[in-house]
Amino acid sequence: MTEQSPVERIKRDSRNLRGTLVESLADPLTGAIREDDLVLIKFHGSYQQDDRDIRDERRRQKLEPAYSFMIRTRLPGGVCTPVQWLQLDQIARTYANGTLRITTRQAFQFHGVIKTELKTTMQAINASLMDTLAACGDVNRNVMASANPVETRAHPIVHEWAKQLSEHLLPSTRAYHEIWLDGAKVSSTEEEVEPLYGPTYLPRKFKAAIVVPPVNDVDVFAHDLGFIAIIENGELQGFNLTVGGGMGATHGDAETHPRVADVAGFLKPEQLLAVAEAVLTTQRDFGNRAVRKRARLKYTIEDRGIDWFVAEITRRQGFALEPARPFNFVTTGDRFGWTEGFDGRWHLTLRIDAGRVADTERGQWLTGLREIAKVHRGDFRLTPNQNLTIANVDANARTFIDGLVVRHGLDRHARATPVALNALACVALPTCALAMAEAERYLPRLTQLVDERLAANGLAGAPLVLRITGCPNGCARPYLAEVALVGKAPGRYNLFLGGDGKGQRLNVLYMENIDEPTIVAALDSAFARYATERTASECFGDFAWRAGLIGARAA
Amino acid sequence: MSANIVTTLPLGPLDPERTELLLRVVEGLDPTTLQWLSGFTAGVAHERAGRGAGIVPAGAVVAPAARSEPTARVTIVYGSQTGNSKRIAERLGRAAEAAGLAARVYAAGTYPIKDLAKERLLVVVVSTQGDGDPPDDARGLIEFLQSRRAPKLEQLSYSVLALGDSSYPKFCETGKQVDERLAALGAKRLVDRVDCDVDYDTLATGWLERVVTSAREALGTATQSATVTRLRTAPAEPQFSRDQPFAAEIVGNQTITGRAATKVVRHVEISLAGSGLTYQPGDALGVWHENPPVVVDEVLQALHLDGEQPVEIDGAAKPLREWLATRRELTRLTRPFLTQQAERSGDARLAGVLQPGHETDLRQTLKDLQVIDVLQRHPGAWDAQSFVQALRPLAPRLYSIASSQEAVGEEAHLTVALVDYELERKHRVGAASTFLANLQGEQARARVFVEHNERFRLPADASRDVIMIGPGTGVAPFRGFVQHRDAQGATGRNWLFFGARNFQSEFLYQAEWQDAVKKGVLNRFDLAFSRDRSIPREYVQDRLRRVGKDLYAWLESGAYLYVCGDAEKMAPDVNAALIDIVAEHGGKARDDAEAYVRRLADDRRYLRDVY
Repeated sequence: MTEQSPVERIKRDSRNLRGTLVESLADPLTGAIREDDLVLIKFHGSYQQDDRDIRDERRRQKLEPAYSFMIRTRLPGGVCTPVQWLQLDQIARTYANGTLRITTRQAFQFHGVIKTELKTTMQAINASLMDTLAACGDVNRNVMASANPVETRAHPIVHEWAKQLSEHLLPSTRAYHEIWLDGAKVSSTEEEVEPLYGPTYLPRKFKAAIVVPPVNDVDVFAHDLGFIAIIENGELQGFNLTVGGGMGATHGDAETHPRVADVAGFLKPEQLLAVAEAVLTTQRDFGNRAVRKRARLKYTIEDRGIDWFVAEITRRQGFALEPARPFNFVTTGDRFGWTEGFDGRWHLTLRIDAGRVADTERGQWLTGLREIAKVHRGDFRLTPNQNLTIANVDANARTFIDGLVVRHGLDRHARATPVALNALACVALPTCALAMAEAERYLPRLTQLVDERLAANGLAGAPLVLRITGCPNGCARPYLAEVALVGKAPGRYNLFLGGDGKGQRLNVLYMENIDEPTIVAALDSAFARYATERTASECFGDFAWRAGLIGARAA
Repeated sequence: MSANIVTTLPLGPLDPERTELLLRVVEGLDPTTLQWLSGFTAGVAHERAGRGAGIVPAGAVVAPAARSEPTARVTIVYGSQTGNSKRIAERLGRAAEAAGLAARVYAAGTYPIKDLAKERLLVVVVSTQGDGDPPDDARGLIEFLQSRRAPKLEQLSYSVLALGDSSYPKFCETGKQVDERLAALGAKRLVDRVDCDVDYDTLATGWLERVVTSAREALGTATQSATVTRLRTAPAEPQFSRDQPFAAEIVGNQTITGRAATKVVRHVEISLAGSGLTYQPGDALGVWHENPPVVVDEVLQALHLDGEQPVEIDGAAKPLREWLATRRELTRLTRPFLTQQAERSGDARLAGVLQPGHETDLRQTLKDLQVIDVLQRHPGAWDAQSFVQALRPLAPRLYSIASSQEAVGEEAHLTVALVDYELERKHRVGAASTFLANLQGEQARARVFVEHNERFRLPADASRDVIMIGPGTGVAPFRGFVQHRDAQGATGRNWLFFGARNFQSEFLYQAEWQDAVKKGVLNRFDLAFSRDRSIPREYVQDRLRRVGKDLYAWLESGAYLYVCGDAEKMAPDVNAALIDIVAEHGGKARDDAEAYVRRLADDRRYLRDVY
């Protein structure tokens, strides 16, 4: 297979991501853009979607699908100011569907922006001093960083590194500014070079994260490129490098599978950008450009071996890594409620189910956070678990913030069960084109069913990492959960068991293509055994292995 | 004999000169030669259009025969979600052509469904999604196949390649359905269906080779595309008319406005099969509606009359309810009725409206109110007999036909805006549109007839350009025009102006226009939306002015211009815009510009169907 995938041709011919986006936006006959531009617009931080709930209805109405666009911001480490929050809130209510969504990569997503308002929306986002460049596409995506580390002095440090890493790995094309921001046109794109990426960018998406142990909130082993901060006495010593993690898989294709990243060695802080660049360019040059579903870095490493890979980046960066330093993770979950920082200021982490900030019967979350943003003097942090930390609050402002939180029903963390608090769900239906089954919309019912089964087996309040995605591509990192559902068809899922709750071990397919009653029954019998056979402090994922629920199959 | 032809020849698209030529050619020919000639011209049309239906005037007797002649080529249709079916279909297309076969490959969504009846060799590659569903793009085709509109396919040989994922319970369901349905319609399997799992390559390759081999055998023995078409016996003159309408089956009835639409528009497909009725683009379909039962009930209630009591008028005796439901206008008011109601009610206000000097009030009353409103507002006593006699006899409603028989065969399609409003908190509906909207199911029938409209015809010369201005449901006849020009293989350009309130939910026939643009049938398309917050507010006349320069150039090069829709506001505004455009871009004085537009109308190049 030497023939390149069609996407490679589109990238190569795109004049550094310009394509025919301008013409597509100007076509009044359709709310969609041209086929090749569907690929290119991702690099600009947007996907074309349509409301799949009414797709068939509109086909019968002889109308095209109800096209709209998802826009994703680039927000390294997920930190934004209250002023930015207010601007995004305004955009959500003016141009999008009245919701802000916190993604599993600590970014904001807007849904439901129509084509004729896409450019205006992009400009409004940029006016808030955020952009969307490279939020999607075959480039380095939004760089993640621990949102609320136990060692609070580490936060500004890793946030700064996340920003630097993100900036360093940005594409250089002026296409974004030309198309969306009316920037001056580059006279000839032949002179415009992409020093890091080249004309065809990466073979596939590329994800990077920085984590501060012992909380593995970013799921560092799920990324192409990861850095585990090694901190002693509040001082950053350097990072362990992780490479070749990734979640995506394709149903029924044994050649594709999720992979936990390798720990490749230790590096000093000032070496971080050079190492990142070496990893990225190695993948650029050796990644599979013929078969897209085999194009992530994890397959490059799998096919050529980690030793080859480390040798290659050593050659590129010009120095060798030191042996990896010891580290320890205890959880992937967020620390809800108030925590105190090293400087006497406070951080309040709120549960935002599936990351969806909206006004619903569950609470006036969008309104409430708008009210908080109006008075808050610190910052906001989007967590990798789709939650929100109101950070750097003066001690004397806590009571006032608490009042707003309670008044708008934002105190889910004080009421919800551990299962509900830690669950993740991707968007899925109705907007995601890849979704095969519900995820976000099914999550409330799913958590309730799981909690009922736990309670019925005397396990009420037991912690459990539960994740659900509408397709096997893995946006909500399902393959690291103790219990995961991956969509196969409407109402049908593959059930996975056996993550370790720390993001270091993949789960295993337990039952395939099953409906809700079967899921409930399977969990019920597994919980029944867990209740009677578990050892002290043994999590469900560990139990599933020890008890042989999945070990035999995995072998 | 020749004299006979002169009087019966449907002149259709021929200009007088060619008509005369034709008459000279056929003069004195014996019947066998005449039949040969009809087949010859059908064959020529076939060659030119690259499709079965050629340039045959509606009503000409050769059309059905030409259409049903099977075609010697392989047609490959794929339904693909992730691209696998598409790849295989395209591979097969290349392999077939390499083997010397004529082949064409279609995505299921773009396959011209009317071609199905004349295919000889059809190959379907289709995947199955999720729980046994077809790919989105193939839903339309599958629905059509499963419906009772699917034609008999006894002339057809076919093969199906089904793709699927065996971990799902309904493995390859869609492919199986298509395979079984084609067999049930009488088609013969050329190569048995193959069901492929995720690793489809080996099975698909084997199947592909078998299909190419068998297709060569099947088509190789057949003669090339027939140039002589057997003439069918001519159908009798249509026996159905305004007074003897045809009880037509409703084969499709679908809302075509989206959820946020400010008004509902429906697309109604009516079968003329067996009626002998034919039409040309521009014609109207007359529909004898019935008044909605709820309206009849309200009237009976207001009158305190028993619907079952018999009423005899001109020797016809029927229950009162039936008179009201099927024989009298209830949603349109007349002056004589108002006059009688004023007397019976003794209501001075009502009488006042009828006095000289109150013409505006009267016009407004006649426009806004229905019979029931007057009965409720100005009550008066009626007996059944007098009431029925006071009402105007029911008149059929005429709808511009939104289809071409070249595209839809023995069907006529209508675009119906549902009249449905609140008047002083009372729900009021339009009788005919409500009647049509409610025609659902196999038993539903509408009594219809064709009302020819010679004043709204496409140019006989298919190389002429056509400009069509049809906001709202005014776009209906232009759907027929575009279908017809497509089927004709007309070389003239087509330019459509459409307007509505908003893009998302009221862009009537959006998907079809998009296809027409892709196919190159619609060369230009201008849109105006008047209440879409993200698009500058425009009406079609504003749009015309914006592109006035090009519009004038088209007119100068001989384009025909058509306007359909609202007579009260839109048509005058469009007319004014035309005069401005001619003045500005033709460098003419106002009077000259007006004369130019008038002359267009006199030359029958500026034609209107407004109401």
